Amino acid sequence: MTDATTGAVTAGTGAYEMVVGLEVHVQLKTVTKAFCSCSTEYGAPPNTNVCPVCLALPGALPVLNAHAVELATRAALALGCTVHPVSVFARKHYFYPDLPKGYQISQFDRPLATGGSLATDEHAVRITRVHLEEDAGKSIHDRYPAATAIDLNRAGVPLIEIVSEPDIRSAAAAGQYLRALKRVMEYTGVSDVNMEEGSLRVDANVSARLRGTEALGTKTEVKNLNSFSNVERALAAEFARQTAVLSAGGRIEQQTMLWDAAHGSVRPARSKEGSHDYRYFPEPDLRPLVVTSAWVDAVRGSLAELPAARAARYASQYGLGAGDIAALIDKPRVADYFEAVAAGHGDAKAAANWVLGEVLAALNATHMDVRAFGIQPAALAGLLGLVRDGTISHAAAKTVFAEMAHSGEPAAVVAQRLGVTQVGDDDALNRWIDEVMAENPAEASRYLAGERKLQGPLVGRIMKKSQGRADPKRVNQLLAVRTGA
Amino acid sequence: MTGSLVRAALDRAASVGAGREGLNILVAVNPHAVADAESAAARGGGQRLLEGVPVAIKDNIATLDTPTTCGSRILAGYVSPFEATVVERLRAAGAVVLGKTNMDEFAMGSSTEHSAYGPTRNPRDPCRVPGGSSGGSAAAVAAGIVRIALGSETGGSVRQPASFCGVVGVKPTYGRVSRYGLVAFASSLDQVGVLAQSVEDAALALGIIAGRDPRDATSAGRDVPDYRSAVRRAATGTTPLAGVVVGRPREYFPDGLHPGVRERCDAALNTLAELGATIRDVSLPHTTYAIPVYYIVAPAEASSNLARFDGVRYGARVQAEAVTAMYDATRSHGFGAEVTRRILLGTYVLSAGYYDAYYKRAQDVRTLITADFRRVFAGGVDLLFTPTAPTPAFKLGSISDPYEMYLNDIFTATANLSGVPAISVPIGTAEGLPVGGQIIAPHFGEASMFAAAAALEHALEHSPGAPPPSAPAS
Repeated sequence: MTDATTGAVTAGTGAYEMVVGLEVHVQLKTVTKAFCSCSTEYGAPPNTNVCPVCLALPGALPVLNAHAVELATRAALALGCTVHPVSVFARKHYFYPDLPKGYQISQFDRPLATGGSLATDEHAVRITRVHLEEDAGKSIHDRYPAATAIDLNRAGVPLIEIVSEPDIRSAAAAGQYLRALKRVMEYTGVSDVNMEEGSLRVDANVSARLRGTEALGTKTEVKNLNSFSNVERALAAEFARQTAVLSAGGRIEQQTMLWDAAHGSVRPARSKEGSHDYRYFPEPDLRPLVVTSAWVDAVRGSLAELPAARAARYASQYGLGAGDIAALIDKPRVADYFEAVAAGHGDAKAAANWVLGEVLAALNATHMDVRAFGIQPAALAGLLGLVRDGTISHAAAKTVFAEMAHSGEPAAVVAQRLGVTQVGDDDALNRWIDEVMAENPAEASRYLAGERKLQGPLVGRIMKKSQGRADPKRVNQLLAVRTGA
Repeated sequence: MTGSLVRAALDRAASVGAGREGLNILVAVNPHAVADAESAAARGGGQRLLEGVPVAIKDNIATLDTPTTCGSRILAGYVSPFEATVVERLRAAGAVVLGKTNMDEFAMGSSTEHSAYGPTRNPRDPCRVPGGSSGGSAAAVAAGIVRIALGSETGGSVRQPASFCGVVGVKPTYGRVSRYGLVAFASSLDQVGVLAQSVEDAALALGIIAGRDPRDATSAGRDVPDYRSAVRRAATGTTPLAGVVVGRPREYFPDGLHPGVRERCDAALNTLAELGATIRDVSLPHTTYAIPVYYIVAPAEASSNLARFDGVRYGARVQAEAVTAMYDATRSHGFGAEVTRRILLGTYVLSAGYYDAYYKRAQDVRTLITADFRRVFAGGVDLLFTPTAPTPAFKLGSISDPYEMYLNDIFTATANLSGVPAISVPIGTAEGLPVGGQIIAPHFGEASMFAAAAALEHALEHSPGAPPPSAPAS
């Protein structure tokens, strides 16, 4: 229907489609800052990683960190972007106490890279641009009453901003995009991508339009999104707000919205925060950034296998299912670990089961990085070998695993020490069978009389008597022999 | 023993009245100057180029021993925790920092009247301005306090005061000298320059401070020639400029040019010809746009560079309840009228909707101004000769219209916009006041520029009616 006063077409909220583009800032994993030699270490005492350059003392000048350029280029190439031979730094001006120079050195009309795309679980999202810039410091509002504390340790830390096209159609798709992006950053070694430490930050451009229409609606920018789940919740909340306005015949005002995680709602930022004129102009203290095609090719050649390629290889090389593959490749170091176990053991499926089961559970329980884990791939392959050749049972292997993680010893040593080595010797097994038969004369006689369904419970008792060491396959065979079968 | 030069400089400063109540040349004196000289000598240096030589430093160049305030209230008492590369290099050559010199606030001005410390007076005539913005450094040399002083250039701030005070002033090629520690006014135009009593001293000092600095990404990696030997060669023989083509750009000799300045320039051109140079009329057609282009580009960059003076980390702070009110109060209190005017102008030309019409267009015209120089220099002209300033030194307080003041840069701003080096040398007097002639060279052509300047200086000193070399009025 058409609203008589505004002329706008209105419809129920269900008739609208969400349109989202994301701007993601990723902190680059350099040792020093973007334009000075201060450390980028997180968590140092406030205002200790600072110097005349990042404090913006009079007369100090920026000098570009070449490693930041390399990491930004890696990220851009991994996202399929074209890296431009010449890009230009620009000053982005605004006054804020944690922005020492009164401007941020960024890139504006000539960014490092443009035109890429990122495959997510469902579809590809086009990447508009990747550019290099510096971070601001931190304003701490809750430390002193009626005062704001400024920590400039973060000021000048290198960032890339990754801007997507408005190709995202749901909150869940935004989550998929962010998880895929995070994986690429981890795979390329560009960033630690730790949201708690602020090394990945997200702003969302959100609009709503009637399904089946092409034109984009008026967008709002949603900020203060400090986790992937908050991104999804905030998008849902903002989309609900917009569709409610639109279906009531209203118009969306272009503005900045702040996500309030505690209340699960969005609210407009103070009008000033959304109406900056940044007065960009080319940064005269830095020459244009020139990269040769040979250098870009060398960076491209040094890129590790990316998540999508790895997933395809796991399907063809190991024959694993999609669920296992997705779980294994999520963290590149876990995937590396898996591949080493699979290579050492030979059975990729068993390796995948153990890595996704026992290994991840142990890592999650201790918040440990797989590289520091007590059971390295060769040791786990050794344990799986003992299971495969029947030296220990699957149940015993879990006990041995826990002990190995603790002691760091090889599987065979632990199995011996714990006395869980499987017993396949017929004399020993028959002794346990005799004892169990003697202790349970009623079941024994019924079983021997042909009541075959009692075999399971009897095997269970025998296993218990052997403290799990009896080879269950052989016990079954020996019992069957006694019935004359 | 080497402390003696510093003591003599301090005595001279006292006798000419270099302090606040007098000529107001020095805004701070290095309390360690004598000790610096003696300890350097005691360490057994002795052989360095500037051993024990006192130098004066413009107040926008960072020094450890004295405040660096840029002649502004907003930096009152601010002491830099690091020293500018140019100061480090002078010290490494044995020089001693005597003190800091007065300047137009943040180097914005052509008269050294716009300083929080009050105006500097011209040692040649205390009723007149020394030029600016490096007026204090030019006056320190003219008054005989130091042989060498550092200034800074954005649109003529070394050459114009050199002209007004009757000393030598050199603006090197953009990138020739590190800007690290020079408080930025307009980064794409700024260069540290030298004021000196002679071309040879200027060449000596520039040779020391020039060269690549890893802390300034815009500094050039090219080798630094031996400027002083170029100067010495030029001072020998009767026609040291044989084979040199000197261009006389007609746009720099307009109809309204001060007659005394024109007369001195014509005489200097004759001298250059006598020294063997071929004088050729040339045209730099975009010169007429230099002032409008300069007064868009320079304020735009200044509005950005001066954003850091916000009262948060250092310098003056005027307390207020909210942070934005603190910014307003601090900056309103801290910046003088001319600086405020240029920040507003620069903010305007960078604003959304105006950027293309002003800043971008100005940069486009700037490339045309540069192309003028490249074309002339590629066409067989080795150097250009022009007046440095349109008039001799004017009286204090006589120019109140900002635009009229801006016109002082009319012959100098082109070198900053295009990055080429230029030098002002004394070429006599008009109505008893010094007149400077400007020699402009191609990018990184300082050696031939110094050679021609030295030949001219030598010839004029030995001609009848020559101005007394750097003799101060008293």
